[in-house]
Amino acid sequence: MNNTTRNTFRVIFLILIAGLVIAPLLASFFGGFKSNAELRINPLWLPTSWNPENYVSIFLDGSFWRYMGNSFFISSMTVLLTLIVGAAAAYVFAQIKFLGSKMILSYLLLGLMFPFAAAILPLFIKVRDLGLLDSYWAVILPQTAFGLSLAILLFKAFFDQLPKELFEAAYVDGCSYLRFFWSFTLPLSTPILATVGVFVFVQSWNNFLLPLIVLNDRSLYTWPLGMMQFQGEYLTEWNMILAFVTLTIIPAVIFFLAAQKYIVAGLTGGSVKG
Amino acid sequence: MTTTTRPAVHKRGTTDRIKKNLVSGKLAAVLLLLPPALIVFSLFVILPLVDAAYYSGFSWNGYGAPSDFVGMQNYARLLDHSVFHTALWNTAKLIIVSIVIQMPIALGLALLVYKKTPTNTLFRLVFFLPYILAEVAAGLIWSFVFDGDYGITASIFQSLGQESVYVLSDSQWAFPAIMTVIVWKYFGFHMMIYIAALQGVPKDLIEAAKLEGAKTRQIALFIQIPMIKHALVVSGFFAIIGSLQIFDIIIPMTNGGPSNSTHTIVTYLYTFGLSRLNIGFGSAAAVVLFVLAIGIAFFYQRATGKENKA
Repeated sequence: MNNTTRNTFRVIFLILIAGLVIAPLLASFFGGFKSNAELRINPLWLPTSWNPENYVSIFLDGSFWRYMGNSFFISSMTVLLTLIVGAAAAYVFAQIKFLGSKMILSYLLLGLMFPFAAAILPLFIKVRDLGLLDSYWAVILPQTAFGLSLAILLFKAFFDQLPKELFEAAYVDGCSYLRFFWSFTLPLSTPILATVGVFVFVQSWNNFLLPLIVLNDRSLYTWPLGMMQFQGEYLTEWNMILAFVTLTIIPAVIFFLAAQKYIVAGLTGGSVKG
Repeated sequence: MTTTTRPAVHKRGTTDRIKKNLVSGKLAAVLLLLPPALIVFSLFVILPLVDAAYYSGFSWNGYGAPSDFVGMQNYARLLDHSVFHTALWNTAKLIIVSIVIQMPIALGLALLVYKKTPTNTLFRLVFFLPYILAEVAAGLIWSFVFDGDYGITASIFQSLGQESVYVLSDSQWAFPAIMTVIVWKYFGFHMMIYIAALQGVPKDLIEAAKLEGAKTRQIALFIQIPMIKHALVVSGFFAIIGSLQIFDIIIPMTNGGPSNSTHTIVTYLYTFGLSRLNIGFGSAAAVVLFVLAIGIAFFYQRATGKENKA
């Protein structure tokens, strides 16, 4: 077998696998255009007519936008908090050595090993006792806490690589540690801030277990909860459910295409080195 | 503020000024920048885990202070509960499938698409797509695929002239169906880790082997795979820890049913702990999950660490 035929076989094989992988997603997209009766005989292929009725009715329903808005707010706040709190702590570990700093760092990195799910029952009790149930903070704060370990690890590794001469020069000019953090470290660290930010955003955007436990009020539902609610209302009206799911997938795919560099870096960054 | 102190500072030597700045600036930075992380992390990660251990000794519905101390009874009940056995076994199955089926698929595909060409980039995107979807969205789409009246499996059965199978309401088929979805959902993640590692394998090594007449398969087996061992170890770790925590996909697909046959540890502790407000009992399950995760992580690190040295 020469190289060209080998490569042709490779591409054909990959196309087959890609087809299998993407088939459920296409079926969902197509299904949103079909009537339930058509879906029953034709679950996979193109719809006979591209009738956008299902999609439009979801767009016109306020709750879809409500869910998206809630998710957007919660995810953005989680990113903001994780970046600020995580970068601040990592800066201390990277720049200032003091007695016990290594121990404190190890403590904050414990979260890398802990399964989040093991904490959900006490987390529910804690959030309730703090009076935070049915508030955005009930999701934002625990999400931030559980994202901190990875954020601090990645930030510290990045800050460690910044040239030390920079700090010495700024320092001689009378720049304080705090100001240096704000006006030098943070602006120089936009690549890692973006990587962690995008990663935290996706995690929060897709999170299901935590909002499920701490949010009862439908007006606060994030979109995964809203989607389950929607499914509970429409049961076997699969065309509507598929339209709803598709509408939530499209922004995720667009976001991924726009930010894939950072997502992949965040996923593989810590794991491949070392 | 600075203007009032300036004269005093000027009188002292420059070195003194630097020293003072250093000390005060350092202290201020530590006191201002570190506590937020410590507080949030302690309050929402460490304390809940400590609480779980504490609650697991009580029979408690979550209201008032836990007072009905029952010792190890929650753990005894847990170990007696056949649904918990199913949940443990299902979780073990997920770990096995992730390592034995999912990782080899991911590795094989990574070897096929790791080179930087436009078509490869496109394939990588498609293979990675399931990973970026929310688990709940993936679960709902696949519930449709497996639906006995409307789904794709149903029409396959019909075209074969068979009677339709309600995959997700069949306790024999429901969990294999879930495992299929999990492989579909996560293989792209492992593939990406391998691709990043494969791109780091020195090219001259592969060129040299080619000149010696090595076949593609031999290069993969004897050069590339050994060279990315670290990535394999890391992805194996993610596969195990991830499998221990599977929850989101199960809820939309089966919600633990039919007849409790598709529970994992996490859906178990959610269903029997929180939904029924048996906080003490559920906490015992959480402690088991926690100990399993830490224990496996520990042994995994020791085992793979040894191998790396050898």
